[in-house]
Amino acid sequence: MSLLQDAFVYLVAAVIAVPIAKRLGLGSVLGYLIAGIVIGPLLGVVGSETEKVKHFAEFGVVMMLFLVGLELQPAMLWKMRAKLLGLGGLQVLLSTALIGGLGVAFSLPWQTALAIGMTLALSSTAIVLQTLNEKGQMKTVGGQSSFSVLLFQDIAVIPMLAILPLLAVSHALGGDGSHTAQTGHNVLSALPGWLQALVILVVIAAIIGTGRYLIRPVFRFIAEAKLREIFTAAALLLVIGIALLMEAVGLSPALGTFLAGVVLSDSEYRHELESDIDPFKGLLLGLFFISVGAGVDFELLFGAPGTIFGLAFGILSLKFIVLYILAVGFRLPTADRWLFSLGLAQAGEFAFVLFGFALSAGAIPPDLAKMLTLVVAITMLITPALFILHDRVIAPRLVEKNERKADIIDETGPVVVAGVGRYGQVVARLLMSSGYKVIVLDHDPQEIEALGRVGIKTFYGDASRPDLLHAAGLEEAKLFVAAIDNRDQQTLMVEHVAKTYPHLKIVARAFDRHHVYELEIAGAHVAERELFESSITMGRKALVLLGLHPFLAERKSRAFRSHDLETLDQLRDRWITEGVDQHYLDTIKSRGEQLLDVMKLDNNEVARQADDGWLPPPKGDANS
Amino acid sequence: MKKVLILYGHPRNDRSEMNLPMSAIARSLDGVTLVDLYAEYPTFDISVEKEQQRLLDHDIVAFQHPLYWYSVPALLKEWQDLVLEHGFAYGSHGTALAGKLFFNAVTCGASRSAYRHDGAYRRELRDLLAPFEETARLCKMRFLPPFEIYASGHAREDGRLEKHLADYHRLLVALVNDRVDLERAERGNSLAEDLDNILLPDDSEAAS
Ligand SMILES: Cc1cc2nc3c(=O)[nH]c(=O)nc-3n(C[C@H](O)[C@H](O)[C@H](O)COP(=O)(O)O)c2cc1C
Repeated sequence: MSLLQDAFVYLVAAVIAVPIAKRLGLGSVLGYLIAGIVIGPLLGVVGSETEKVKHFAEFGVVMMLFLVGLELQPAMLWKMRAKLLGLGGLQVLLSTALIGGLGVAFSLPWQTALAIGMTLALSSTAIVLQTLNEKGQMKTVGGQSSFSVLLFQDIAVIPMLAILPLLAVSHALGGDGSHTAQTGHNVLSALPGWLQALVILVVIAAIIGTGRYLIRPVFRFIAEAKLREIFTAAALLLVIGIALLMEAVGLSPALGTFLAGVVLSDSEYRHELESDIDPFKGLLLGLFFISVGAGVDFELLFGAPGTIFGLAFGILSLKFIVLYILAVGFRLPTADRWLFSLGLAQAGEFAFVLFGFALSAGAIPPDLAKMLTLVVAITMLITPALFILHDRVIAPRLVEKNERKADIIDETGPVVVAGVGRYGQVVARLLMSSGYKVIVLDHDPQEIEALGRVGIKTFYGDASRPDLLHAAGLEEAKLFVAAIDNRDQQTLMVEHVAKTYPHLKIVARAFDRHHVYELEIAGAHVAERELFESSITMGRKALVLLGLHPFLAERKSRAFRSHDLETLDQLRDRWITEGVDQHYLDTIKSRGEQLLDVMKLDNNEVARQADDGWLPPPKGDANS
Repeated sequence: MKKVLILYGHPRNDRSEMNLPMSAIARSLDGVTLVDLYAEYPTFDISVEKEQQRLLDHDIVAFQHPLYWYSVPALLKEWQDLVLEHGFAYGSHGTALAGKLFFNAVTCGASRSAYRHDGAYRRELRDLLAPFEETARLCKMRFLPPFEIYASGHAREDGRLEKHLADYHRLLVALVNDRVDLERAERGNSLAEDLDNILLPDDSEAAS
């Protein structure tokens, strides 16, 4: 088949399966996997090329880690170090030992058992991160812990690749050429160990240094060309370049791009990079999932269904137990333990690479490798089901046992208010006193109870959770008020709601000026700085106490308000395309100077704003 | 003793040459209550209840204001629209204001000659204030011609300022002491111009 025909088949499958899966609440990953199964083993419209496609599509994972890095400031990464090393390290060690031990018990040579243990200890970054992102659970404790473990696993691949060749039990088969991704055959292998280490350190330092000092001017230069596709090309170039560089020195490309992402996370180009890379990541990951589905070997599966499924469930259970014990040990909140343990129980896409590598190194016999590869795919296929199990069955019960359950929302109304702290409460009360039916969501039981006592219909639950929002009846609602007190969650929530419920009008509480822009981009129709109006009122009252005539104070605050809103407007486009650059800062500065002028009641051009109005004609004008 | 309520409306107190000192005089007098409406309601949220109570507490009501487009500044209009409710100020049960006096204490930028039938504005000021006269009538109040100051922007330069302020002072004191010949005042066009003719002699002075 030609490339276009292939592309056509894959796209048709995705376009049909994914929306249906999402509509059914199954998540996009399962949709892709099913699409793959349909076009692969079921219909047979794609065939041998799926392996190649899979290796190509694995680059989606690299991109995803770049994006994750962009979201993660270095300080946050540093805060995660205990979890990263503790949770991640122990998970890999314990799972390897348990699975390997079982292998030995089933009388595999210890080398083979170790190779299998290490490989199956790893989880699927692609599935887990994609699912967590899609459900907006990346920022929860469970999500952050899962991410720590996945990141550690990514690092652990490097020593694993080094160890595998030492585990040969039979004659090495020699590379089959398709596993170029992480084969360890790199330009450095000829160098002595200490030199290799040195080169690796230099490369990492170079990535950090480049990201900090060189990338910005380069991107600014490119951005000034105002050609969006060139910026996209540059972003792709950056990611691919780093991946190649890392491969050349034998490091994980995903790790390298992740690092680059972290370095760029506080740069002004972060959002642009994010939005440029994101579609590629999405498509590649989708392709990857499809190829996993398409690669399921039905012949093998139906030849020994008992063994295959037995192994798959065995691995899931073993890994689940290890993860759950660690979750308890690391004191994860009860609700998050299940998400964490069920989410990471599968084996991951690294297994495809590592088994291939172990095979060529002679650490594992071909039949076993083939079978285990299928088992890995099965565990990945089951994972979305586990996530659904968690969301629909386990999570609701846990909350019930824990404190109170997320209320079953049995009322729909024209207005849904998410977050009824001191801010959302006022909005909710104003709307209700105007006769609108208001549904209120909050995760603070005290707030909920207090409001319940004064007769406001409130529901308990994390308002940023898509399922809860759905349950609150956003489908039928006319307006959504986003007023939770967490800046990032607020943006994510607005983005999710705007995308999922395009008919809804959204008003959102913003923390500051930049947040206004972020929320507007996310899809809010109105974004209002939470302290802006009350600060102006306070300022006006202060002026009155200082002796100003109240109406003059009112006029000054009006001039101040409109000037500030004007600034907000003027900086919007700039901020969206460039982020905070020099021009932006200059603009703020000169606007600030003008602001002082506005407040002076003289004939200055800008001051007219406050001084205009109700002035008699100049003295001596004959016609007045 | 009559109680006088002066509802003062001026959005540019900070630039006022005439109304500001006038309001200071009104404020200083016993029996006179001066309400700076723009200070009390800078955002135009007028408390109807409070304003109606104020009306009930006084016998004489005046709007003190600069003439803006032959009328009052916006907040005074808003005050009329909200406070003079049906059932309170007018209508078969609206008798709260019956018998009270009403007049405008108004400053004009233009000179006296403009407010004549053959002048630039083609009407006497009193005639231009017809909406207030009719409003007062509907509220069963007694409408008096305005206490007006023409060419107010030049009063200081022309050396008239002190005289205007003194006249305002005299008028208010006379109103408080009920020494204004209302019949006579009603027949004229201006409290300011007729002032010497409509103020009744002080009884105590006459006796001595
Ligand atoms: C918006 C506006 C409208 C005005 N309209 C008139 C008018 O119709 N007739 C007039 O004689 N003067 C008019 N003037 C002049 C004012 O009446 C004059 O400036 C005022 O009485 C001065 O009083 P003050 O010193 O207390 O501000 C107007 C002034 C302004 C600002």
